[in-house]
Order: sequence, then structure tokens, then C-alpha cells
Amino acid sequence: MPKRTDIDKILIIGSGPIVIGQACEFDYSGTQACKALREEGYQVILVNSNPATIMTDPDMADRTYVEPLTVPILEQIIAREKPHALLPTLGGQTGLNLAVALAEQGVLERHGVELIGAKLPAIKKAEDRDLFKQAMQKIGLEVPESGYAHSLEEARSVVERVGYPAIIRPSFTLGGTGGNIAYNRDEFDEHVQWGLNISPVHQVLVEASVIGWKEFELEVMRDLKDNVVIICSIENFDPMGIHTGDSITVAPAQTLSDKEYQLMRDAAIAIIREIGVETGGSNIQFAVDPKSGRMVAIEMNPRVSRSSALASKATGFPIAKIAAKLAVGYTLDEISNDITKETTACFEPTIDYCVVKFPRFSFEKFPGADETLTTQMKSVGEAMAIGRTFKEALQKAIRSLEIEAYGLESRIFRRGKGRETGGGRGEVSEADQKLVRERLRIANWERVFYIADAFRLGMTVKEIEGLTAIDRWFLANIEEIVKFEDHLIGFGQRRGGSSLLRLLTASAMREAKALGFSDRRLAQLVGSQELTIRDARKRMGIEATFKMVDTCGAEFVAHTPYLYSTYERECEANPTTRRKIVILGSGPNRIGQGIEFDYCCVHAAFALKEIGYETIMVNCNPETVSTDYDTSDRLYFEPLCLEDVLNIVEREQPVGVIVQFGGQTPLKLAIPLEQAGVKILGTPPDAIDRAEDRERFKQLLQHLSLNQSPNGTAISVSEALRIARQIGYPVLVRPSYVLGGRAMEIVYDEASLQDYMARAVQASPEHPVLVDKFLEDAIEMDVDALCDGQEVVIGGIMEHIEEA
Amino acid sequence: MKKALLALADGTLFEGVSFGAEGEAVGEVIFNTSMTGYQEVLTDPSYKGQMVVMTYPLIGNYGVNLEDVESKAPAVEGFIVKEASACPSNWRSTQNLDSYLKDHGVVGIQGIDTRALTRHLRDYGAMEGVISTKDLGPDSLVAKAKASPGLIGRDLVREVACTEPHIWMQRAWQLGKGYIEQGTGSRVQGEGEQPQLDMFAEPSTLSPKPYSVVAYDCGIKWNILRKLVGAGCDVTVVPADTSAATVLNMAPDGVFLSNGPGDPEGVPYLVDNVRKLIGTTPIFGICLGHQILGLAFGGQTYKLKFGHHGGNQPVKDLTTGKVEITTQNHGFAVDIASIPDKNVELTHINLNDRTVEGMRHTRLPIFSVQYHPEASPGPHDASYLFQRFVDLMASERRKTGAPVKRTR
Repeated sequence: MPKRTDIDKILIIGSGPIVIGQACEFDYSGTQACKALREEGYQVILVNSNPATIMTDPDMADRTYVEPLTVPILEQIIAREKPHALLPTLGGQTGLNLAVALAEQGVLERHGVELIGAKLPAIKKAEDRDLFKQAMQKIGLEVPESGYAHSLEEARSVVERVGYPAIIRPSFTLGGTGGNIAYNRDEFDEHVQWGLNISPVHQVLVEASVIGWKEFELEVMRDLKDNVVIICSIENFDPMGIHTGDSITVAPAQTLSDKEYQLMRDAAIAIIREIGVETGGSNIQFAVDPKSGRMVAIEMNPRVSRSSALASKATGFPIAKIAAKLAVGYTLDEISNDITKETTACFEPTIDYCVVKFPRFSFEKFPGADETLTTQMKSVGEAMAIGRTFKEALQKAIRSLEIEAYGLESRIFRRGKGRETGGGRGEVSEADQKLVRERLRIANWERVFYIADAFRLGMTVKEIEGLTAIDRWFLANIEEIVKFEDHLIGFGQRRGGSSLLRLLTASAMREAKALGFSDRRLAQLVGSQELTIRDARKRMGIEATFKMVDTCGAEFVAHTPYLYSTYERECEANPTTRRKIVILGSGPNRIGQGIEFDYCCVHAAFALKEIGYETIMVNCNPETVSTDYDTSDRLYFEPLCLEDVLNIVEREQPVGVIVQFGGQTPLKLAIPLEQAGVKILGTPPDAIDRAEDRERFKQLLQHLSLNQSPNGTAISVSEALRIARQIGYPVLVRPSYVLGGRAMEIVYDEASLQDYMARAVQASPEHPVLVDKFLEDAIEMDVDALCDGQEVVIGGIMEHIEEA
Repeated sequence: MKKALLALADGTLFEGVSFGAEGEAVGEVIFNTSMTGYQEVLTDPSYKGQMVVMTYPLIGNYGVNLEDVESKAPAVEGFIVKEASACPSNWRSTQNLDSYLKDHGVVGIQGIDTRALTRHLRDYGAMEGVISTKDLGPDSLVAKAKASPGLIGRDLVREVACTEPHIWMQRAWQLGKGYIEQGTGSRVQGEGEQPQLDMFAEPSTLSPKPYSVVAYDCGIKWNILRKLVGAGCDVTVVPADTSAATVLNMAPDGVFLSNGPGDPEGVPYLVDNVRKLIGTTPIFGICLGHQILGLAFGGQTYKLKFGHHGGNQPVKDLTTGKVEITTQNHGFAVDIASIPDKNVELTHINLNDRTVEGMRHTRLPIFSVQYHPEASPGPHDASYLFQRFVDLMASERRKTGAPVKRTR
């Protein structure tokens, strides 16, 4: 079917401000949709209250309203713009909920607006758990036993039926907000009351728990001709009971045989048909009993979701873009596959690598927050990594997180001592052994590190599986990584010898790199330096190779250079001889570093393209526009670590690298990159350092005769106390080189300062602590300026409403 | 870790690590893009004479079990993967891939850049190769690869087809039940453990008068037989060289022509027999069976550069305009334009390369597909074709009455 000609003005609702459970992935999907619809000649009317988005750029839509996302405002916009259709499936839960409200309150009917993609009954069937359950029963699929309750009494009668542990899910909340698992009556009462309170309709679902079952997701697409394809399967490393957004997830599914996978595929197709999502992408979650293979349907998102963004980046199949085209009447076989050009979008991507997504948490910002992972999402961002094996992808994902982890560093064996460098097991205290078991049993974001420690303590796959309910296949892979480390450091071997020498054989180095070990982690293990290892490795001729993400497992020639690194025989990078610039992205979202940096990177790519440069993007955040394969000329989906960036620079030989648009992440790389001989474009690293280094910045201000609140830099507790006494309390303390006020506190007296220094930071010459006089009752202003080296232009001056 | 070497006929070499059986294996090297279903691939008799590279790098993750087999034993000559999992995980797994291949004498190689190998085969075409753990001399291995007979004109069917007629009883696999024998209706295993999902259940009431089908076995995948039984057929499997007269004597409601290995031109006797059957009975052909029909109609087949081997191939049904995602495994294709009988029409095409995927005779009850509606491994989108075959037999029965066995 060709595209519809009876509509030409389409309204898209964005997802508003970023919250946990709804981040920049909807900027990504909305931007793709706007581009796709305008490409087809439709007028796009966009409403979003979040200006830090690519989609609200003036040239993305025909008309953009940066307005509150409420029904009355939207009705005014609809009345004024008179769109023919509303596409509700690309703006996350916010966009979908608003579309439902507009439909239910008769706004759409009053103004003759048609819902395209998913109609109201389909949305309700998928979103309303009761209707969903009925639909599943109708097509013969199992769902966990459950019941609704509007009061504690009702809930208690449901739990009698479903039993403990029970899951409590408040209705119509986002990212599983208010969701909990109750193991007993007391917990149950508490969680139900909390859930009833935060549900806008004072309703909770009490559901039999399938905790410990394996969790899977399928990304499904359907067109108006009822063609259905599965874009990607995803298996959760963490079992049921942990929100998918907080789980480490892996694509494709690893531990399903074809018979089981095809049953799940059949079920997904039956579900999208029964729910009645007409066109576009949906995400369907299943739980599988590891003991019998029994499968239950958990839920369906009748819209593009966070997992869709992940699936798009994991396969190269642009789900949101295709979904937009399907919504206006195209069928899958009428849309071409951009990557292969010769084939169509009507197929199922097959991948020849393994993808690992690792969530990023910001618990350090909230001391005292409960770090246990449950059905309520707590992560604030994520990193994705691609490797030829799970082991490689996992280790790449860990170093992509930017949490000062470069591999599976031990949490209990002290650095530079004990097992990390070849010591014995005897050094681990009873308490630490207990801690490991505890951290395995109760889900937390660091669990994967404790799993590695459990293997170091001699625990078996079976024991760890018993404590974590994580599938043994994943555990065995982690065990292989630990075993290699043990081999390297000579653990348990009678002959000692130098671990560095052991590493410096071609076969060991090759194996290490194929397992995904970073040079930095290897240096830690053998007691060397990152660059020493790098040089030695390169002298052995062992260098990263790059492979393409092509949707088809190399069956067809790919035309879009979307690349990832691995250590294999053949490199497909095939750099051009054009003048090119590498732009470093901002990595996983976290508090203080969100979508705004992606916005800057994307604009840098557009601007450089305009003036004739080839643009090369490096980033590892799957939710972003920057990691779309058509934002830059070339995309490297890689960790933003020195090693990985250098590999790309050496391969591509760019004119230079831009580090100033990706926030702190690339800024931290500026000096090491420059030291490695890489040309940094824009603000020079020395200038960055002068701004970031408080001592140097202070000197600059003094030189310019500008005022600054009294301050000092301390590298020890006593020094901090001395400075504070000198400048007087209250003082503002924080580590240097930080983001968004991480570990920043206002301290009013000496005792609190001592406490802070002991608790929050470990001051040292490498990690100085900044002590500033806290200015009470001051106003805070921001000035944005642009400089070409000679002239300075002021972009804007903003006054903060809150005092400084 | 024992070293193994893969040599291709054009002199390309890959060094890896032995897994599965040690020794030496020769065959045409082709790549398969299925991410799941390696056990079904290994046991698919159509791979006789071939060595399979899996493009998905992690193979063996869910182990090997007693159920996921498409024939008695693996038929591939050699198996090539990036990483074979030593620690499989699945509730049905009974052993790991390595030991399974050892048990069946299949030579494997792992630890090679399978994507580089796949790109090579894509660019230069499928070619002969040798995997060896005992001869690690590059020159002698390349020479062996060059000297290998290849597929063209060879009769590989004889090596995998059954030699005696037999009755097939087993129906398709069901979660929680495994395989059920025709007619018994009772649970074979795991009884009482969990309910079967209704949507995937085989029809519980068999046709009161089942359709008798004679299935030519050219190396038939068991799931085809299971699907035929599930669709309500009484299936008798006969060897590939069974004469048309013998088949007609059995007075079947329909004849099925199976998949099988190699070049359709390597089995002229089968083409002759099928030519005699055309016009006497409904015929349904899959894969090699489809190519045999093409030849029997007087047309030609040709070899594809690297074939279609995988579970994500889009096929468009030209009669409905709908697309089905299919499993495919073929290196040869039918040239439909070469068929002189203009009553043979194209019904299905491959959306990737526009090759022929299905045809039918407009006057006679005959149709065939190049792809695998029985899936296993792969998507179930095309399983409606078994019902289509049954419908065809039903309408013939209505026209002519149930076929009667001729007595000599």
C-alpha cells in the first residue's frame, strides 16, 4: 500500500522532561519520526516541553510548540493547527497517556483528529492489566495469576489467591514507580498502601511473582497488511523481579533453543494481533521457567520504548523511523533497508555479535537511598557495548559506564594486594565472604563484580546460580574471565614468575584482548601502566579491528559505516581519505549529564558536515540521536575510554578530535589524548584544565583582578580544616573534576567537615578536594559565550531562581 | 587446545582450534545466518556434502538434547563457529555441543573470524574446503580442497535417503509434551506438569478419514513428516528411487517430494518418476522437491552464488501480497522462465534477491516451495502450506472419490 494521501498534517507529542524510566530515547524516536514523516512530505506539528532535545530544533518539525504537556494546552494547539492525525506511539508513556486522555475527553473527535499507529482500544487493551490478561487468555497464553485492588482489604483477598512472594504494581505509573515485591504480610500491607497512594487512580495490581524466572523481550513490528516481523530478541542477565531498565540485558537471546524461541515468536505475533496495534513497534516481555520452559506473557508496550532504542542500535534496524512510515500506510516490503540498500525492511535482522546493555545508577548522589534492585526502576542511564562474544561485550560495557571500572575489578580483594595481583585466598575475612554472599543474594547494581569475587573465592557456578538465579550460561562466561585473570597473575600456580612476562606473549595478549580486557585492566593485573601495555601490544602487532553492524550477518554488502571494535582477523573500517573530524559523545546519561550534551554533539556533526568535513561520532549510549547511523558519516559504537578512542583515531587519522561537546566524559580524555599526539580541536586541553583545575582557575582570576569567593584546594583532611578555618564556615566542599554536584556538600562546622572528608572523599594529591566559602543569600547567574580566539559573543545571560 | 586448520579451494586459510571430532573433513563451505537452531541444522540431511559456518558467533549455548533432531544423526561434513559454549544452559539440554559432535564424528573448528569467512564466501561464492586437525600443511590442505568433488551433478541423495518404506507416526513438538505419536493423543512426557498453550496445539481431532500421503525421502527433514501427520495425513515414507508405478499402486491421496542435499540434476531417476506422477495425483514439493518438479516440468535449475541458508528470508506470496519470514537452505534455484509449460506459474518470490520461491500448476493439483514451511529451525509463518496440501487432496477426493489401490 502506498502512503496515505488523505492526511497531510500530523501531530507528534514528545515525552517532556527526563525522568527515571523515560530519558532521551524518546528524543531519539521522536526525531526519527519527524524526519521520516517530513521526508514523505507530511507537515509535522510537534509539542514537547523539553527544549534540551533535538526534536524541538526549529528545522525538525514544521511547527514546534514548547509548551506544557497537558490536555487543555494540547486542545488549544489542536484547535489552532487542525492536524489530521495524531501519532501517539513515539513519545513514550507521556505521549501515549496524553493521546489517550485527548481521545477519551473527546478532543480528538471534536477536532476530527485520527489516531494513527495504535487506536484507543488497542492502547487500552495493552495498558490496562485486566484487559491485557483477558486478551492473553483468549489466545491461550498464560499470564501470572493476579487481581486488582482498590483497598488494602481487596488486596489481601487477592494475595490469598496468588500467594507470596507477590508483586504489587500501582496502575498508570511510569517505569514501575511504586512497584514492589512483598515476601510477607507486613511488607505486603506497607507496599500496597504506598502503591494505592501513588497510583493516580488508587489502584494496584497484585500479581503472583515469577521471581527467578528468566526474562525475555521481543521487539515486534507490524504493518497495515498484517505483516509481522521480530526485530530483536533480548535476554535479561538478571532474572525476573528486577525492572528491565535496571537489568543487564543481552541481545540476542542466548539460552533459548530454536523450538522455545519460535514459540515465543508465535506468542508475540499473536499478542500484537490480538491487542490490535495496527502499525509500528511494540515491546513484549515474557518470563520463562528455567526448570520446565513454561512461558508466561508479562506485559506489552504498544509503543516505541527504551528497549526499542536499544534494539535499533543493537541491530541497525531503525525502529522509530520505520514505525512512522508504517503509520502513514506504507507496508514493510515497500520500505528499503538503508543499510543494505538492495533489500527491504520486511525481514528479521540477524546479528553476528553480542550486545550487552549495562544500566548506570547514581546512588552516590543519594546517600542512604535503598540500593536494592526491584521492580521499580532506579537507574538513570545506560551504556551499550558490542563484541564478538558475551565476555568481550560485557567487559566493554563495564568500561563504557564511566564508573572508574575497567574490567571486573574486585570489590573485596584490596588493590595491589592479595588476589588482584596473585596473592592467596587467606586474606579475605569472614565478613567479606559473608558480604559476597549477601551481595549475590540481594540484587544490587554491583552484583556482577561480586559474582567475579565469588569465583575468586572458589564458589562454583551452581552455588552462584542458587544465590542469584542468574542463568549459568552467563555465570560460566564470567568464570572464564576470572580464570583468565588467575592464569595471568599466576594464581594457584606453583611456579611464580612475572605476570607481565606471562601477558607479553602473543597468544596470551591475543586471548586477553579477545576476552575484552582493556589495556588498563591488564595493567592493573600485571602491575604495569596502561600505555606500557598498549605499546607492548602494538609491538606484537595486536590491534583492534572494526566490524560492521549490518542487520544481516554479512549476507549483504552494508553501505552505512556503523562500526564496533573487536580483536579479529579482518578489519572492515575502510577509512576514507577525506578531511574528517572525530566527535566524542557523552556516554551514559547520569544526573548532571543528560541529553543536552548529545544535543551539542549532534549539532557539531551537522555543522561540520555542512562545511564539508567527514564526521565521525564515538559514543556508547544507545538512547541517543548521536548514535543514529545517519547523524554522522561514520559511527563507532565504542566506550569513551582512552584506549578505545585512540584505536579509532589511529585507524581514521582525523584532522582532529572534538572533546568539548560531550560533557565531562570526553573532557577527561583531553589531556591524555593530547599527550598521545592527538590534535584536540576547539578549546585546547590546557585551557580546559585551567578552567577545571581550581588552583589554576584561581590564579587566572587573580591575574585578571576578578573577585572570587575565598577558597582553597586540600589534599588532606588537616589541610581542608586549615582552609575552612581561614575562610570561615559555612563552606562548600567537593572533589575537583566532578559533575552535577556529585559528593558536593555545604558544611557548617568542623565536625561535619571531618565527617565529610572521612565519608565522601579520600583526598590525595591525585584527587584534591575543593573548599569554597559558601555565599549565603547570593544570586547565581550563567553567561554563555562563544569565542573564535579573538572576538567574544555573548549568547545569553540567565539568572537562577534559586539562590546560589 | 588442539590446533585445527580450515583451507578453502581458493587458497584462503583460517587457523582455529579443534572442537568436536578430530580428523579431516571435506565439503562445500556455506554460511547459515540462523541465530538459533544449530542442532536442527546439524541434523538436516540437506547439508550432506557441506560444511556449515554459523554467522552467529556463540553456538552451543543451550546445549544439545534428544528432541531437536531432523534425522537420525548429523549430516554436515564439518562445523565452523566462532565460539562453542562449553557450559550450556537449558532445561532440555543433555550434553554439550562438543561432545555431541565427537559422538557423531563431526569435525569442527572454532575460534576463527567467522564474519571474515562469511564475507569471503559472500564475495567469492560458496566453495570447497577442508578442515583438518591432522594435516596442518597449508599447501596440501588447499590441494585437498581443490580436489574435492563439489556438489555439481553429484547424487548425494542416495547417501541420506532411507532404503526401506516405512510409516511415520510422530507429530510436531509441543512445549511440555515433547513429541506425540499419531492417534495416541496421550501425553508422552512431562504429563501433568503444565498446560499446553492452546494457540500452539496441534488439531486434536484428526480427520475421520486421514489423507494417505506417500513421501519421497531424499533426505527428508523429520519436521516435514511431523507437520504432515499433524495436518491429518497418514504418511508412508519411501526411498528416493521408488518407481512411479510402485507409488501409484499405493493409491495415495497425494505425493510429497522432500528436501535433500546437493544438485537436483544429480538425481535424474527421481525426475523421471516425478514426470510420470504429474497429472495422476496431488503433489507438494519442498526445496529439492521443488527443484525436481521444476526439472520434471521441463525447466532448468542453476546454482546460486552462495545460496540461502538461514531463518530470516522474506518471501512474498504473490497471490495475497503478504510476506512471510521463512527458513531457507538451498544452493540451487529454479529458473521459472525455462519451464515450457505456461500453466506453471510463479507464486512466491524472495524479497532479497527476487529469486523463485514457489510455483504451482494452474490446472493440476501441484505446488511447491523452495523454502521450508516446516521451519525447524526458524519461523512458523509458512506452516499453512501443509493445510493447503491437505485442502488440495480434499478437493481432489471430492472430485474423484478416495483413490483406490490397484491390485496387480
